[in-house]
Amino acid sequence: MVKNGGSKTSRHLGWAWASPGLVFLTLFAAIPVLSMLFMSVLTAGRFGGVTTPINFNNFARATDPVFVQVIINSLLIAGATAFLSLLIGFPTALFISRLSRKWQVIMIVAIILPYWTNFLVRTYAWLVLLNNEGIINKFLRNIGLIDKPIEMLYTPAAVIVGMTYLYLPLMILPIYAALEKVDKNLTEAAFDLGSSAWKSLRTVSIPLAMPGILIGFIFVFVPSLGNFVVPELLGGGKTVMIGNLVRDQFLKARDWPFGATFALILALILIVLISIQSYVSKRVNINA
Amino acid sequence: MHRRINLSAIVAVFVIIFLYLPITAVVGLSFNKSSNSLIWKGFGLDWYQTIWSNEPIMSSFQRTIFVAVVTTVLSLIIGTTISIGLNKMKAGGFLRTFSTAPAIVPDLVLAIGLLTTFSTISLSLSLTTVIISHTVFCTAFVVAVVLARIGLIDPAIEEASTDLGASAVKTLFKITIPQLMPSLIAGAVLSFTLSMDEFVIAFFTNGPETPTLPMVIYSMIRFGVTPEINVLGTLLLVISFVGVILAQRIGKVADSI
Repeated sequence: MVKNGGSKTSRHLGWAWASPGLVFLTLFAAIPVLSMLFMSVLTAGRFGGVTTPINFNNFARATDPVFVQVIINSLLIAGATAFLSLLIGFPTALFISRLSRKWQVIMIVAIILPYWTNFLVRTYAWLVLLNNEGIINKFLRNIGLIDKPIEMLYTPAAVIVGMTYLYLPLMILPIYAALEKVDKNLTEAAFDLGSSAWKSLRTVSIPLAMPGILIGFIFVFVPSLGNFVVPELLGGGKTVMIGNLVRDQFLKARDWPFGATFALILALILIVLISIQSYVSKRVNINA
Repeated sequence: MHRRINLSAIVAVFVIIFLYLPITAVVGLSFNKSSNSLIWKGFGLDWYQTIWSNEPIMSSFQRTIFVAVVTTVLSLIIGTTISIGLNKMKAGGFLRTFSTAPAIVPDLVLAIGLLTTFSTISLSLSLTTVIISHTVFCTAFVVAVVLARIGLIDPAIEEASTDLGASAVKTLFKITIPQLMPSLIAGAVLSFTLSMDEFVIAFFTNGPETPTLPMVIYSMIRFGVTPEINVLGTLLLVISFVGVILAQRIGKVADSI
């Protein structure tokens, strides 16, 4: 007799197996995240924590030009990071997808390995490189290109380069995965039919890689937007992002509801982005 | 055709240099004799010797390993039981998304959510709260990895085992777990490495007396470039690389069984 997987006993057995873990995740993932998002309508207690009068003052406070500027800056920096990653990540993924099987594996491992290094150490490495006394400045001085060190550290550019370095593998991998599935005959057919290199790239490779490009964009944009470590260490505190606001409201100002307001804004931006991504990739799939 | 491949090859070479130059600089400077970590004074293992007597670093390293080990064990147990359960009940998309979502939620949002929850239930911040927090997102990774494989197991094998008189426990340890072994190993390596390297959530959910290694590294970096970081960075790099390579080897062996 074939046992039906959806039978009542196996469903009960399944719940018995899963429920302790599901309770754990409800208590320490679902409730914390949801309650935190709703905390923005509460009032800060005098010694941290929250008290009851429900109000929307925090949203009014968040529209202060100072905070709006921080949100715009964060979007620009995370956007620039994702764009820079795409700019160098797409050609790299394209190159890897055209290698032999063996070299594809070697290159992918080489791309992933740095990602397994502690992210503070990877950020710190850019302090070493970009420092006024650092390797890049010393090199430029030794070959006589400059005589005074270039101030590279503690600029928005340093933050963008640092975050691109941190998250670039997350751009390359999904694009490679999308391109790797593409039938190589398609691009070759485009050539045989007289397409130029650029045209076949634009009409064949890029559309086919589009689902991977969108996922890569989200994978890089999301951790960049909420990052407070890189702006602090490489931006020297001069570049303030949403993550820095959240951190400061929770740990310094002890105004949890106001900090939660920015966390909510962060979450909303991400939800909008992910919705756009799933909408576009569905449309791309239909067209393809 | 050749022109485009050349262009993408140039970018690819640049990307490899971009990815490896910073790490190489850290590793190189870790063998520096100089007390100023940026000026090369010749090869020496001086900083590798002093780091063993650096009490804050060594005790935070022990704490980090402790947290990572306990987190790995807990995440494996919770993640595997959830996966077995979801598979048995043929759970739909919601429960699967629910169980893997903590891996996708931005770490900052999860971190402050947990901080406020611990404060609400008056659980004072310590290594215990860090372990709970790390177990949350590591469990999600274990579920993701184990669910991907568990659906491929033929339920007839488990049924045969039960029909032949094996107890549920015996079936679990003799049939289910061995078949899941590659994904359990992958989940364990993922959990251990993620927990060991994790900073943002530990930063918010840890008490001040028991910093983990990433927290110590963070406060050192805030004061600028110090030679100890070069050595620590190199050691962490070696641990991670060895872990990834080991996991791949074991995974291959387990897959072939």
